[in-house]
Amino acid sequence: MEERDRRAVLLLRHLDAAYNLARHLMRDPTQAEDVVQDAMLKALAGAATFRGGDPRAWLLRIVRNTAYDTLSAGKRRGEELLEDDLADPSADAETLLSQRQNVALAADALAALPLEWREALVLRELEGLSYREIAEITQTPIGTVMSRLSRARQAMLTARDSTP
Amino acid sequence: MTEPCADKRLLLTADLDGELDAGRSAELHNHMRGCPGCAALRDDLLSLRRTLATDIAYHRVPHALRQKLAPSTKRETAWRLPAGFAGGALAAGMALLLLPHSPDAVSTNELLASHLRALQPGHLTDVASNDQHNVKPWFDGKLDFAPPVRDVSAQGFVLDGGRLDYVGGRTVAVLVYLRQKHVIDLYVRPDAPTAVSNTANGYNIVSWTQNGFAFTAISDLNINELQQFADAFQAQS
Repeated sequence: MEERDRRAVLLLRHLDAAYNLARHLMRDPTQAEDVVQDAMLKALAGAATFRGGDPRAWLLRIVRNTAYDTLSAGKRRGEELLEDDLADPSADAETLLSQRQNVALAADALAALPLEWREALVLRELEGLSYREIAEITQTPIGTVMSRLSRARQAMLTARDSTP
Repeated sequence: MTEPCADKRLLLTADLDGELDAGRSAELHNHMRGCPGCAALRDDLLSLRRTLATDIAYHRVPHALRQKLAPSTKRETAWRLPAGFAGGALAAGMALLLLPHSPDAVSTNELLASHLRALQPGHLTDVASNDQHNVKPWFDGKLDFAPPVRDVSAQGFVLDGGRLDYVGGRTVAVLVYLRQKHVIDLYVRPDAPTAVSNTANGYNIVSWTQNGFAFTAISDLNINELQQFADAFQAQS
């Protein structure tokens, strides 16, 4: 039990990671703050049931699920979740580009990525997490994490190359 | 322009992320020597990584939100010595055997060793709280002096907790503050000559005395910001 208490305290150390993920998923500072606050309350309430492992991954998973709940509750139809088995990734990128005009900057290109590709890229490149950790946070098979990262990067490269 | 091989895209991604085993990675690199398309994609992926590192913001939590969330942690958790504490103190004692020191002066090496040990997972704080009114009473009865604990959050230094440590031949209070991702350990002891301010192995050290206490702050924070911390702490007395 004492161990669990200590882990609850440790969560505050990962607040920046929690906020960064929420901010990139929600693409809005105010909504990101709401998500982080909700997620922290859930995490603290559930700290007693934490079964070990990495507290950062555990917190990020709660943040991620809270963000998804908020997005779907907001009926954001434009933010449709992707099927994992889309055809040719380069074709996906083309579609993406035709939908979004202004992807001159890397930040814009990242924000324009489909939600699940974006979260994989943020967790990998900004948090430096391994495929296994990303799989745990996103509740996704490792192979899917790998293919999302590959597609996300391909889309980013296509966006960059199409910039005059 | 030569296209990369369709069946190598996933492998190139996994290799970039260090997720391929050595055998398959070597195989892939061997393939790239004879395949300009795959080699070009590898270069593109590396350059994309650099772009992401420089152009994409890492959004740190706004200070107000951190402050807001801190008290709820306080309510939900019990304060206690973690099970690892005794072991940690023992480890500190052993470190002392290995490091030269006089009984009074706190050597830079000793401080650095203590700080680095504390940065190991689970060693940083024995009492974790953002509220000085929790941290200060925690030291009661554990030390023969009452260390001043101050709120310098307005200057961007967030209290993260405190611990006991053993340096300079005695048990001292260590207050832990955070500046973004940087940890500042503030060693507090009564009296005593202190380590001089300097830099060791990339860590900065700032010392001062005030109201009969000797303070030494050590952090990987740059020297200017660490000095700001020292100034802010002294101004709160």
